[in-house]
Amino acid sequence: MKRNVLFRRGLLMALCLIGAASALNAQTLLGSGATFPAPAYTKMFDEYYKTTGIKVNYQAIGSSGGLKNIQDRVVDFGGSDSFVKDTDFAKYPASIVHIPTVIGAVVVTYNLPGNPALRLTGEVIADIYLGKITKWNDKRIAELNPAVKLPNMAIMPVYRSDGSGTTFNFTAYLSAVSTEWKSKVGNANSVSWPAGQGAAQNAGVAGVVKQTPGSIGYVELAYAHQSNMPAAAIKNSSGVWVDASLASISASAAGAFPPDSRILLVNTNAKEGYPISALTWIIVYREQKYASRTLEQAEHLAKLLWWMIHDGQNFVEALDYAKLPAPAIKAAEAIIKSITYDGQPVLK
Amino acid sequence: MNDRRFNALLGLAALLIVFVFAGFVLTLVVQSLPAVKQEGAAFLYGSEWNPVTARFGALPFIIGTLLTSSIALIIAIPLSLSAGIVMGEYVRSGWLRSLLNTLINVLASIPSVVFGLWGIEVVIPLVRNLAVLIGAPPYGAGILSASLVLAIMIIPYMSSMTREALMNVPAGLREGAFALGLTKQEVVTGIALPFARQSIFAGILLSLGRALGETMAVTMLIGNATRIPDSLFSLGNTLASVIASQFNEAASDVHRSAMMGLALMLLLITMIAGWFGRTLMRKGASAYGK
Repeated sequence: MKRNVLFRRGLLMALCLIGAASALNAQTLLGSGATFPAPAYTKMFDEYYKTTGIKVNYQAIGSSGGLKNIQDRVVDFGGSDSFVKDTDFAKYPASIVHIPTVIGAVVVTYNLPGNPALRLTGEVIADIYLGKITKWNDKRIAELNPAVKLPNMAIMPVYRSDGSGTTFNFTAYLSAVSTEWKSKVGNANSVSWPAGQGAAQNAGVAGVVKQTPGSIGYVELAYAHQSNMPAAAIKNSSGVWVDASLASISASAAGAFPPDSRILLVNTNAKEGYPISALTWIIVYREQKYASRTLEQAEHLAKLLWWMIHDGQNFVEALDYAKLPAPAIKAAEAIIKSITYDGQPVLK
Repeated sequence: MNDRRFNALLGLAALLIVFVFAGFVLTLVVQSLPAVKQEGAAFLYGSEWNPVTARFGALPFIIGTLLTSSIALIIAIPLSLSAGIVMGEYVRSGWLRSLLNTLINVLASIPSVVFGLWGIEVVIPLVRNLAVLIGAPPYGAGILSASLVLAIMIIPYMSSMTREALMNVPAGLREGAFALGLTKQEVVTGIALPFARQSIFAGILLSLGRALGETMAVTMLIGNATRIPDSLFSLGNTLASVIASQFNEAASDVHRSAMMGLALMLLLITMIAGWFGRTLMRKGASAYGK
């Protein structure tokens, strides 16, 4: 009998907690999606909480999951490393908008004796991953690096075994610069690799490259930077050799920027731009009055987005993400202003 | 509580398990239909797995799964049987036995991700050195590394089942054999092992089931390449490892559905292996006259 009372009391308490949590909802924004920008978002949301008291809960479950959640309308916003294609818009119950948040880059790293600074072109990288260039002293690599004494060593390409935005951007770049890559392999979150070894996550690829002499891999800038791995300079479409730096990555988006922000930055035509740069987006519904959403929720969301593309940008460089350049911010401002609640703009 | 209520409760609980299992299989079947429809039988024997062109043939993963599990069994069986015999026949009490017992239990409770990490740090470099020595591709990761670590992961199951089986051999049987003048070795190989072999075999089956479905450690060690392995040093993928790698970011619906198909296949393979083993076991038992 006593136990029964205790049980009931516990149940009552649990119900109260649930009630309290839903009352808090108005002050809490929920998002989920891409893992790539997660460290930047965590930092931004932490700062945002400190200044506004509004909590943002972001679950890094992967871009596909984020897109699914926004499709199903179970989150306020989704995060994705790839933009939604025209043909996929029909999957969403209403019109969505993309807001760019930060820019990242994929760098090509390697493990050679002494780790000399290397220069590589997109075509050479594609042929390495196609299994056509198999030795480090191949004359096509040697031609690009006359000052480096390259060893007679097998090249071991390493790729991401898990589906990822990093792979998407890397293969998008290779498809843009190599017709053979485009026809044989293509561009997706996970592809059928003609050569090499897979490893899970950025950390896995970085780990295998560090461990395997003669290997070459692609990881996000932050991983190469934080684990002191070399990154090849790559020739961009303007013929300039570019190192992956926060400035050159940011510069990749400094060219013409489309009003809906859906643009692949790889193989950018910006003169100083690093050629394997990539935007990441937050995706929300343009019309915020759906399900049981209140105007207050919509306002919180729009204000958060506005803050992210302005003040929030100050926190990203310390985490190896590049800031949005002026043209991208301008486009993003217009997109956020186009968000409505019951037909009326949310931000005045 | 009277008998009838108790029985009803038991029956309900038992039914619930049946429902859960049926629901589970049904989900896998329904969700994998789009991929199976698209590929037909080629889903089983096709060797191309390409999310970009949406071609899904599971043969490389089926071969990878069966290959790694078989090699792991081949490595683990002699080691586990020896360990089980030592614990079940020779060191039946004392500090050495408790030490052995503790070690085996600890080994069985190590999470597989830890085995994976250990494999990356220790096994892969060793295998790479071996590969360099014999002129194989020096990846380190691959079928051999995955199988070695799998073998170590299943040894505790197999050896403790062997130990228990031997401990259950009736003392009278053993004493009678000694009374007839048999040596220790003759008792072990001629009396105890034949008597215990059913349970030992069950232990091997249990380990096989575990090896077929092991995900984390294998994903970390096998090299994740969608190719049919042609040597011990080849990179590969198993059904479980490819699901673990690709499911989260499977962008197209067919790709997702194909993943479900792989899961169904893994379930079927595990069930067939179990059924096959049990049939063998029954045959063996009747041949032995039990």
